[in-house]
This record gives sequence, structure tokens and C-alpha cells, in this order.
Amino acid sequence: MAPVDIQIGRGPNLDGALLGDTDPATQGGYPDHPPRMGFFTDTSVCIGCKACEVACKTWNAIPEDGLVFTGMSMDNSQGLGASTWRHVAFIEQRKPVAAQDPGVVHDQNVLELAGNPTAPGTNGDFRWLMASDVCKHCTHAACLDVCPTGSLFRTEFGTVVVQEDICNGCGYCIPACPYGVIDQRKEDGRAWKCTLCYDRLSVGQEPACAKACPTDSIQFGPLDELRERADARLARLHEAGVADARLYGRDPQDGVGGDGAFFLLLDEPEVYGLPPDPVVTTRDLPSMWKHVTVAAATLVGGALAAFVAGRRL
Amino acid sequence: MAECHPVGFQWVMEAKARGAKVIHVDPRFTRTSALADIHVPLRAGTDIAFLGGIVNYVLANDKYFRDYVVAYTNAGTILAEDFQDTEDLAGVFSGLDPDERTYDFHTWQYEGMEVQAASGHRDQEYQDKVGGKNGKGVRQSGRGESHGSGGVGISGVPQVDPTLEHPRCIFQVLKRHYARYTPEMVSDITGVPVDTFLQVCELLSENSGRERTSSFVYSVGWTQHTVGVQYIRTAAILQQLLGNIGRPGGGIMALRGHASIQGSTDIPTLFNLLPGYIPMPHAHSHEDLDSFIQGESPKKSYWAEMRAYTVSLLKAWWGPAATPDNDFCFDYLPRLTGSHSTYETVMAQLAGDCKGYFLMGENPAIGSANAKMQRLGMANLEWLVVRDFSLIESATWWKDSPEIESGELTTEDIGTEVFFLPAAAHTEKDGSFTNTQRMLQWHHQAVEPDGDARSDLWFTFHLGRIIREKLESSTDEMDRPILDLTWDYPTKSSPARPEIAEPEAEAVLAEINGWDAEGGPLSSYEQLNEDGSTVCGCWIYCGVYSNGINQAARRKPGIQQNWVAKEWGWAWPANRRILYNRASADPDGKPWSERKALVWWDEDKARWTGHDTPDFSATKSPHYVPPTNATGAEALAGIDPFVMQADGKSWLFVPAGLTDGPLPTHYEPQESPVPNLLYRQQRNPVRQITTMVHRNDRFQPSGDEPGAAVFPYVCSTYRIAEHHTAGGMSRFLPYLAELAPEFFCEVSPELAAERGLEHTGWATVITARGAIEARVLVTERMTPMTVHGRRLHHVGLPYHWGNNGLATGDPANELTHLSLDPNVHIQEVKALACDIQPGRRPRGRARDELVEQYQRRAGITEQTGTEV
Repeated sequence: MAPVDIQIGRGPNLDGALLGDTDPATQGGYPDHPPRMGFFTDTSVCIGCKACEVACKTWNAIPEDGLVFTGMSMDNSQGLGASTWRHVAFIEQRKPVAAQDPGVVHDQNVLELAGNPTAPGTNGDFRWLMASDVCKHCTHAACLDVCPTGSLFRTEFGTVVVQEDICNGCGYCIPACPYGVIDQRKEDGRAWKCTLCYDRLSVGQEPACAKACPTDSIQFGPLDELRERADARLARLHEAGVADARLYGRDPQDGVGGDGAFFLLLDEPEVYGLPPDPVVTTRDLPSMWKHVTVAAATLVGGALAAFVAGRRL
Repeated sequence: MAECHPVGFQWVMEAKARGAKVIHVDPRFTRTSALADIHVPLRAGTDIAFLGGIVNYVLANDKYFRDYVVAYTNAGTILAEDFQDTEDLAGVFSGLDPDERTYDFHTWQYEGMEVQAASGHRDQEYQDKVGGKNGKGVRQSGRGESHGSGGVGISGVPQVDPTLEHPRCIFQVLKRHYARYTPEMVSDITGVPVDTFLQVCELLSENSGRERTSSFVYSVGWTQHTVGVQYIRTAAILQQLLGNIGRPGGGIMALRGHASIQGSTDIPTLFNLLPGYIPMPHAHSHEDLDSFIQGESPKKSYWAEMRAYTVSLLKAWWGPAATPDNDFCFDYLPRLTGSHSTYETVMAQLAGDCKGYFLMGENPAIGSANAKMQRLGMANLEWLVVRDFSLIESATWWKDSPEIESGELTTEDIGTEVFFLPAAAHTEKDGSFTNTQRMLQWHHQAVEPDGDARSDLWFTFHLGRIIREKLESSTDEMDRPILDLTWDYPTKSSPARPEIAEPEAEAVLAEINGWDAEGGPLSSYEQLNEDGSTVCGCWIYCGVYSNGINQAARRKPGIQQNWVAKEWGWAWPANRRILYNRASADPDGKPWSERKALVWWDEDKARWTGHDTPDFSATKSPHYVPPTNATGAEALAGIDPFVMQADGKSWLFVPAGLTDGPLPTHYEPQESPVPNLLYRQQRNPVRQITTMVHRNDRFQPSGDEPGAAVFPYVCSTYRIAEHHTAGGMSRFLPYLAELAPEFFCEVSPELAAERGLEHTGWATVITARGAIEARVLVTERMTPMTVHGRRLHHVGLPYHWGNNGLATGDPANELTHLSLDPNVHIQEVKALACDIQPGRRPRGRARDELVEQYQRRAGITEQTGTEV
């Protein structure tokens, strides 16, 4: 069960924890907690099988949400939403993968070449990118900050979970998410998103999507380990000449303090429909309050001055 | 592979992570291409030209593994003088009888001897051995699935030239046969640029030899052609030349369309095989067990023990009733009177000869070629039993098929009584899967089936039980085979469902494994006797229940054993993980290289040892030379790794066993917009069509023939990751249906512009059989190519959809025809010709009229496309 008692009545912590590398579980009120858990989704080995989408829906009993032929390559589930918590994007590109020469060099040592790590999809000037998107479980989660009921809470694993029996459907969290992940179901108005399979984590199991992923494109584990693994993978790809490869959401100094679910991408984030520079939407709250205070003081001062001046009149 | 076998593809990814190069050859750019190092788009239906070109490259540039080829293949064997190749006869081999559309294989023989097929069409030689006249119907009925093991008969000693110089030795014949498959010719036929083709040749040959091996993976993209078996044969020739058989990292993997399709050929659902690839007897007059064994089994190799395998099988089926005096009930076995494949069965339904039909996990109204013929056949039955998870189209055609819509059929007039019986899923029952590497893996029941759903084992067992009860008092001889069956499997019930008496699947496995005279479980097929003292339901599976333990249920983690992982599941035969692995060592018994060591001869201990179970007599020295009169396994020399072949060698050239030629030759598909550039012969001359000619199965003109331009595009049917085969397991499930909710076709932007097709709009695809509509997916993943100097387009058609379920659409198989591979009777649905037009198709009768209009425009008659 979710530790509701810890959360209820606890408003957003605005004491300087909205920026930078912090330990969200400690911030969330768990002095003694397991390591922060997360996803590293390595899109360079994703085969687009959508097993993650189906495993997620099956485990979490999410309803089918539309039989729509979109024409968007092989993507008919369109994006993350209230009833799609894992989503595989398909991007067809007229673009060669990095520096690997796709042409024929008849005098090259193919054996030596075969010994090197291979770049994904060296296919002349065409490639098909696939990437499984998910809630980022931000270090600084605006959805959680703005939730007035405590339905959204930080777990002991550092993940962000919405509780369906507490959510009152106010919808504040929807525009607060810098990634557009959390979403309301039209039927009941409540907000839904990936729980990082909190129920499975609680009994020592990995999330359904990671379990189902045949190529380990979705890796689950302690975030520290995942970051190390991702750094090594990135270095290997760069070595192999895949200059475009990059990590997304890996950096604890980014606008959301780093993501609990981060990615290895082979192109600009926008190509995958991800914001290039996401910022926790509640970042400016403290300074806003300061401004409010100043403004209020100014207003009061002005009123007083006017009052005083009026009296003089 | 990533599309249809995403779980298996993890191992390709793992190999890739270790440096393997992945080459993907496919007309379409698929999920597999996206992860491959090289994608080679080729014109559908031209793989023999492509692979033959690599064979030519390997031979012409001396890239073959000579020591391996000389020692382990029949490269040096000299052919009889009367053999004539396609080079001599404008694209056909000697022995062609154009009137009968068959080959007489006698001119394909080794010098001075007769060879019998390892598998495939063994019955070809029956009359030669036993005497008498063989009817055409029997001859054509075939030996079916040639995969798995098989035996080969040889009388006499082959003449071999180890220098490979003799002009009639197989190596030289091979060289001449493929000499015209030059890179330029390959490119002209397949549409693959010469540079890309050469890159594949180089990568493959450089990655083969002593230190390295390459493997091939194929699926129905190779098999579903009028020359499907020869596609795989071409790959086999290549792998033999490169030394990639019997060695780790080598081989040719057949990826199956369903779980345990391998299992359903080992213990067959095929009409022409008995368990363990023992051939089904033909209706020869007065054939008894002795003449069956004499006619079908060779003197040399493990197939020489076929009598022991057959008798043990008969004992498993008929138990105490099977005695030496009654030929162990050999006469209880049905006899083949011709080919009884799926498509001949449809013809028999239409003719009124086949009156009842069981469909168990099959949806032919969608998934089989020429879906309309399938439905018309079913509409002419007396009864039909459909066992499936959902109400598939094959269970509801009588009320909602296109024929009902057009008025061709009316529900009231259909006499077929249709029974639908819901089936349990694999998670709801115990059982085994056999994968493509012949490995059995046991699965345990996880949940009880819902409602009336029952396992196939439950259904079959209780059906048999009830039939036997009804026949109990019968004195009719005809009923003896059923009444004498050993039909005594124990049953169990769970507390949750006490009403279900589920047969114990492990009891069936124990019978398949077999037991000795004392009832003790057997551990090896070498223990089987021909005197009736042993029982074994499938000789190649003998050992799967050794020591009374379900070996298929073993799940010892890989990290707790060596890399061969022999304690994960169980592989036939004898838990060998790589077949013919004697070939992983050189003729002296030493590994070809340390890097690729698998099994080897231990001189001190005088036995074979290694990582895998040796697929060889454990104590037979590499230097063993058999005595002249030796038979069975004794007759194989210490350098004969291919122990199921009577000459112990793998075959570059196949002197017997194939109906359509000893060497693969490129022929165009039954329907092709392109003429055959290699030979005057356009199509496989012995492709199976004559029995299939029907007004609802017309063929189109090809190549330069008048009317061919009416169908200018190549179309190919295939699967996508989102759905499974004819949709019975996926279209009815919301989570899968929403991933690909509608039938669509894939076309290139260039073709879309040429025909005015609108992305996400509708298109109508037409052949001489039917017209279907599909949503249009315009994608650069479809590559236009240059073939024979002209621009050629493909229309891609995933074939999963039908009217029922959540994800719906027209079935692609309305377009396909019944021209078949002559060896295995498989349909050619991977390469045909079509037209595509924007907009939705007409409804009802108008739809048929559109097809008729196309037939008239193309000048199609009953004869079109039936030429030899």
C-alpha cells in the first residue's frame, strides 16, 4: 500500500529543493529508503515490438483507448496518455546513422570491422528509429508539487505515483507536467500515468514493461547503476562513430533535476516528440512568491502612501 | 525476425553486441532491417538468383572451405553420364516428362549406383526396390516435410575424385551450373545493386572458414514459393561450401510461424509422415511391413534401423494387440492414395469426397491461399468442427462471408453443420513446445481455462474415448484399429474445476519416450528393438523421459553450466544441441580451430568428447574404415559426419528425394511481371497446378506475355509484430487490436504518386482471384527497384485481418492462388503480381465483376499460366 499517511497534508516542499541533484525519496520524507529506482531506455536496441505497451496495459488493467489507424509509421497508439503509459514512437528518416560507411570498401578488413561494436541500422541514407517513451519520474516533479489532494506522491523508491482512490480530478497536474505525460481519462476525470509498477517494486519485481522487453532496450534498476551503464553504452556508440547518440534526462543538473526514467536517443529529442529542455513548471514558485511579497508590499506601501497622501489633502 | 519473432531476436541483438554483422535480405525495410548492419532489398521471388550468385562468387573466387568440402560433402562424387543440367536443356533437367509434369530422377544418380533420399520423396524408389508398377497419383503424393532427420539408401560404392577435377564430379557440375549467376545478372534479376551484392558476398565468405562461422535464418519468405524447397537448398549448398554446417555459430535456422511447428512435424500433423519422419505407407498392392521397410529404408546409416523404430511405434499405438504374427498391426495404418495436402483437401471438399473437417487452431478462411476456395470447400461439407479461442471467420463464413454478401452462397442453402468448441490457451494446460533447434521445453499450466474452453489433449482424448465406447460391441474388422488402440491415459482434475478430466500430458510424453519389456523408461533410440519388446511413440524423442524424469522441464540457468547449456530443456536426438557436430572437427578428429571447437576425438580415451553430445558413434575412431559388407551405422566411416545419409556426406547435389531437380535453379514465380533472364524456362516446370485448375483460381500472364502489364506490381503477403497469423490470437484482444486496428497496404511514395494513392486513404488491390481494399500506408520503407532495366514496385500486404474481432479488414488471401511447391505442397503467397488503384472496392456482386473485368483485360483463360 502507498504510504498515504506520510503525504497527506504535506504541501510542496519549496525550501530550495526544486533545483539540482537531490535525493527525492529523502525529500519526500523517507529518511531510510531503498536506492532510487528507474528506467534506462536504450532506444538504439529497441525493435519496436510494443511488448512494453501490451505488458503495461495487461498488468495495470488499463482500458483499450482507440482503434485508430493513424498512418504514423507503425504507431497507432499515438502518444502517452491516461490509458497509454508506455508508448513506442516510430520515426522514418532519410538520414544515415553516423559515420559508419554503408558503401562497399573492397579492401577493408571485414573481420576487424566485425570485431568492433556495431552501430544500429547502418542502411545507406534511411533509418527507422524506435523509442519507448514513459513517465520520467522527475527528481523535481511539478505534478506532485501542484497536487492539492496528495493523490500524487513520492514513493520510497523515488518514483512518482498517482493514487486512483484519492485523485479528485482537479486536473492541475496535467499542465504542470513539462513532458505532457500525465493525462485525464475523459470517462472519470481522474489523472493517470505510469506508476513504475509500484505494486511490483514493493514485492521485489521489476516493472512489467522491462520484464517484457526482449532486447533489454528497457532496463530497470537503481538509478546510479543505470546512469553508469548508460554512460558506458554512450561511450561505445560514440567510439563506433554514432556521433548523434546522446543521453536524455540523465543530467541531474537539468531543468527537472534529472529523470528517474531517462533515455539514450539517436537524434534530437524533438524528433521523438520530447521537449529539448524541459523545466519543472514549479521552478519559479519561490521567486514568484518573493515577487508576490514584493508586489504585495509595494501595493500595501502604495496604498498606505495614497492613504497618507489622501489624509494630507 | 524482429517482426515475427521479437523474443528470439534478442539473441541476434546479443550476437550484435558481441560484434556479429547482421545482414537482412528482404523486399521491405522492416523492424529487422532497422537493427541490421546492412539491409538488402531484393525483388520478391528472386532469392535463388541472389543465393546462386553467392555460390558462384564463392566458387569462382576460391572462397570455399576446401578441406571441409572434400571430406564431408559429395563434391567429389562422380555423376552418371546421362545427367543433363539446365545449362544443356535451356532451364530444365534431364528426365522431365512435360505431359505428366514430373521428373524421372533416374538420370540424376551417382555413377554406377542408386541412391535413396534422406528424406523428402523416398517413395520414388519403392518400385525400383520392390518391383511392380507405380501409379502417378501415388508418385505425386510425396514425402512432404523434408526437414528433420531422414535416411538415404545407397547400393554400391560411389566413385569419388578427391581432387574435384573430374568433369562429371559434383563440384564441377555445380561450378558450371552457377557460372551464369554473375553479379551483374544477379543485380538485373533481383534489383540488388552490384556493390551491395558483392558486399554481402565478401562479408559472408570472410566470416566463414576455420576460425569463423555464419548462420542463415529464414522463414516463410523462403518457403512459400513454387520453388520454396529449392530456396533452402541453395542456402544449404552455400553453407556446405563455406563449412558452416555441424559447427557452432553455423547452420540454417527455420523460424516457424507458430510455437512448436517443429514439434508438429516431428510428431506430425502432416498427411505423409508418421512420428519421427517415418514415411506414411502408400497404397501399394500387398505391401506388408517387410516390403515397407525394404522399400523405404536404406542399408546404411541410422535409418537402417527403421524397422525397430516402426515396430516400437506400432507397439505404442496398439500395445498387446500388435504382435509379430499380425505384422505388429502394420495393416491398421491408413495408406496414401495420392497427395492429401491442405489444398488437395479443399479440392476434395469441392468434389464432395471430403465430408468432414476439423480446424484446430487454424483459420483457413483468412490464412490459407485463395480464401474463397477455402470457404467454398467448407460450404460443401457435411460437418465442420472449429476449435479456437474466438469466433474466427472459419467458424462464421456461413453467415457473413463475401460469398453471402454477393449472393453466391445463401445461408439457408448451406448444408454444413458447424460446431464451435472453445479452446484452452497454452497457459491453461501442460505440454511441450519444440523449437526450431529441436529443443523441447515443457510448460506448466498456470490457470484453469475459462468456461467451456478445453485443451486439445482433452478434446482428442475424450473424443477417442466416446467413439471407442460407441464402437465397443462392434464386430466389424474396420473398427479394430480404433478398438485396439492403447487409449488409457490417466486423467486429473483440479479442485477448482472438478468436472474437467484432463489427461496427464506427462503420461503422453512418457509414451512418446517409450519403455522396455519391463516397463522401464528408455534413454536412447539405440535401445529400440524390432521384435516388439520395446515401445516408443517417436523414436527421435526417445530419451526425453529417461530415468522417468521429464527432461524437457529442466531449467538450469545458463550461468550454472557450459555455453551449450545441455540441461535447459531437451533436444532431439539424444539431447544433441548441434546436429552433425562431427563436422566441427577435421577428418583427424581435431577441432578445425580452437575458437570453434565443439566435439573432438580424445585419442587417449579412444572416444569422442567435447562441449556438446557428439552426434557420432562415441567410440568410432576418425580412422575407422567400414568392412565392405557392413550395414547400418557400422557402414559409416570415421570421416562420415552426416550419419543419417547413406554415404555419410552432406549433399551439394541431390540425386534423389526432390521432385523438381537435383540443383536449385532460378525460376520466376507462377506470376511475375518479369521474364526469366537466366533461361528460356519461365517457371518451375513441375510446380503443382494441374490438380488445382478451377474457375475461382485463375492465373495471370507473366513476363512478356500479352496481358501481363495488367498486373504490373509485385505483391507479397507477410506478418507484422502486432498480430499473429490469421488473427485468431490477436485481432480479438483489445490490447493487440489497437496496435494495428485495420488492414493496410504498404507502398512507396513513388508508387503512390504513380497510382494517385493517398496516405491513410483507401486503395483497392486486384488479382485474377479477387479484389480487396486496404488503408494506404505510404512509406519509404518500401523501396522501388530497377529490375531488367525497368522500375519495379512492390505492394506490401500484411495478411492478418478479416471481418470478425476488434481489428478488421479484408484478408490478403482473397488475392492469392493455388500454385504450389511440388515437394511440400506449400502455396506461393510471397510473390505474385497485382494491380493497385485508389479508392474503396465495389461491394457485393460488383466486386466479382471488377475481377472478371481484369481477367478479360488480361485475356485470362483456363490455360493461362498453366504452361509447363
